[in-house]
Amino acid sequence: MQIQDSTQQIYGKFPLGDASCLIDMLQEVQEHFGYLPDFEMQKVARHVDIPVSRVYGVATFYNQFRFQPLGKYVIKVCRGTACHVKGSLNILTTLENELGIKAGQTSKDLLFTIETVACIGACSIAPVIAVNDEFHGGLTTKSLQKVLKSYQRQGKESEVADECI
Amino acid sequence: MNITLNGHTCWAKPGETVLDVARREGVNIPTLCHLSEFSPTGSCRICTVEVENANNLVPACAFPVYEGMAIRTNSPRVRRARKTIIELLVANHPQDCLFCVRSGNCELQKLTQEYGVRTHRFQGERRRARIDIASPAIERDPEKCILCGRCVRICHETQHVGAIDFVHRGFKSGVAPALERSLNTVPCVDCGQCVVNCPVGALTEKSSQKPVWEAINNPDLMVVVQVAPAVRVALAEEFGADAGTVATGKTVAALRRIGFDRVFDTNFSADLTIIEEATELLHRLNNGGSTPMLTSCSPGWVKFIEHYYPDLLGNLSSCKSPHEMQGALLKTYYAKKIGVDPSRIFVVSIMPCTAKKYEAQRPELGGEYPDVDAVLTTRELARMIRVSGIDFHKLPNEGFDDPMGESTGAGAIFGAAGGVMEAALRTAHYYLTGSDMKSLTFAPIRGLEGVKQADVRVGDVTLKVAAVSGLKNIKPLLDDIQAGRSSFHFIEVMACPGGCVNGGGQPLPATPEKLRKRTESIYQIDRESPRRNSHRNESVQKLYAEFLGEPAGHLAHELLHTHYVERDDF
Repeated sequence: MQIQDSTQQIYGKFPLGDASCLIDMLQEVQEHFGYLPDFEMQKVARHVDIPVSRVYGVATFYNQFRFQPLGKYVIKVCRGTACHVKGSLNILTTLENELGIKAGQTSKDLLFTIETVACIGACSIAPVIAVNDEFHGGLTTKSLQKVLKSYQRQGKESEVADECI
Repeated sequence: MNITLNGHTCWAKPGETVLDVARREGVNIPTLCHLSEFSPTGSCRICTVEVENANNLVPACAFPVYEGMAIRTNSPRVRRARKTIIELLVANHPQDCLFCVRSGNCELQKLTQEYGVRTHRFQGERRRARIDIASPAIERDPEKCILCGRCVRICHETQHVGAIDFVHRGFKSGVAPALERSLNTVPCVDCGQCVVNCPVGALTEKSSQKPVWEAINNPDLMVVVQVAPAVRVALAEEFGADAGTVATGKTVAALRRIGFDRVFDTNFSADLTIIEEATELLHRLNNGGSTPMLTSCSPGWVKFIEHYYPDLLGNLSSCKSPHEMQGALLKTYYAKKIGVDPSRIFVVSIMPCTAKKYEAQRPELGGEYPDVDAVLTTRELARMIRVSGIDFHKLPNEGFDDPMGESTGAGAIFGAAGGVMEAALRTAHYYLTGSDMKSLTFAPIRGLEGVKQADVRVGDVTLKVAAVSGLKNIKPLLDDIQAGRSSFHFIEVMACPGGCVNGGGQPLPATPEKLRKRTESIYQIDRESPRRNSHRNESVQKLYAEFLGEPAGHLAHELLHTHYVERDDF
């Protein structure tokens, strides 16, 4: 019920049938859900009175919109020059293989999302990844697996804690 | 104003584009994204030309002329630029022309030939995408798409459907249904206007040739075929004849030689549709039923109203479309007449339409057996004629089989926008006054315009009628009905602009000139028909006397009428 009420608030802000609000609406919907659910894109389309295909076309044009929920841990893999030289492609493929997803996707357990970043600005500790706001530098495929395991453990523990509440 | 085109001075109107002037002057400039009657997008750049004193090449389709302009459409620089564009398109294309259904009339293939592309100058990663074959009417192969955007504009601007649009950006750009679902799960109406406007093989009809050949080769099946009104004025184009060539007799002969056991005429059931529809119209007018009554012959239009205006389904005529009526009768009346079990009858419809493929598999259109088993487009029939080794032009003219081969001029004009309306009015006049109309030509509702209106005096009443083609044109009229403002009694709607002559299954390309000629031929068939009123069709009269009973009677309702389904707008 809570979710429904709050989206009503979003839609209420925008006049019906005004397609010029489209991007603003999509941004607010994404802020609310963390991504753009299919159903909400249909609602937006009805609200501004344009076909869903156009809403989806606009949304996929911009990098800022995502179509899958974000994982609990967003892993940003730096693909800048320094990290590339120090083997960040290896880091990325290892991550993708370990989690069974590609960059831009979220794992099924909603724990991890992999993103690539052009340069994270920490070249001195290349190759580097950022998990939410924590940086892990000087990675090798081996140390990466350790990092990954610690987050998997953390994620599971907090899940148990959530259930206890 | 005066401009110079390739060194020759010629006259031009302000506001015209370079392309407009060049075409008038007989100078060919290639185009891919250009669609006449739409504002230019200039996205493909293939129409690039050189303008004196301009630094860059300009797109002829979008560049307006100005006084004293000097244009070169054929300089080495222009030719080189165009060739590069083609080479870049080809580099991101599957290049499987040997297997492509559009090979031979593909606009990209034609350009590679004209510009002498003989090597793979650019090689690199190609865009990958999955083929979408889930729709019963239309197949999409996104890898073949050259992103000209013609399908998108037709779908949004002409049809107001918007089932497909551009998605993603840059290298990953493509055209896809909403949320990248399959076409059968979005509110596509299957009209096929995207197919006839696709320059390459990215959008094609879903082929039914295989099941039809299998049925023909099955000795246990009696394969019965029927031909729609708009097929006979277009089929000959596939064999190089002029647009508008009437090939009724040759079409029948070809179908017999392919191996169909009986060849019937959908014009027969068009006449039947008129009897039922005119009866329904008068019943609605006399008994306060929902008006305006909307015609139901065009399956793309029927799907459109089901998706977008389901509250108006009560206004839609309950008559099945003609080929479905014919199918229902073939598996009941005709099966009984010739003593063949209906399970052994396989009904094939040759239609100018892709939406008929979808319509044929609607579960409510049929009893124990589907009314129609397979639908072939005009283009598919041409392929079957070719593979059968038939020289179309040397065929004799043959007549349809009895009893569903007789038709009147009123049945024939179903193929042109406004024709159903005109045919229905002729018969409604007879029902109301007891006499045939003196003049059988309704000039105001003929022609290729999107909306045609008329007040028609029938006996003591004046009927306000409209004939609409192209789905965007029906929207304002439907909004009026919803708001209770509509004063019309009867509205004909055809999904495709210009009606069935411009259907999604017709020969390519469908230029406005060709459509005009096909339409003229439809009316020529009507003019030359010995009978021009559906109620004068003796085989139809016999059908009612022997089998159906009264028009709109019990059996007619069971076999010839249908109901509709509310569908989501997504």
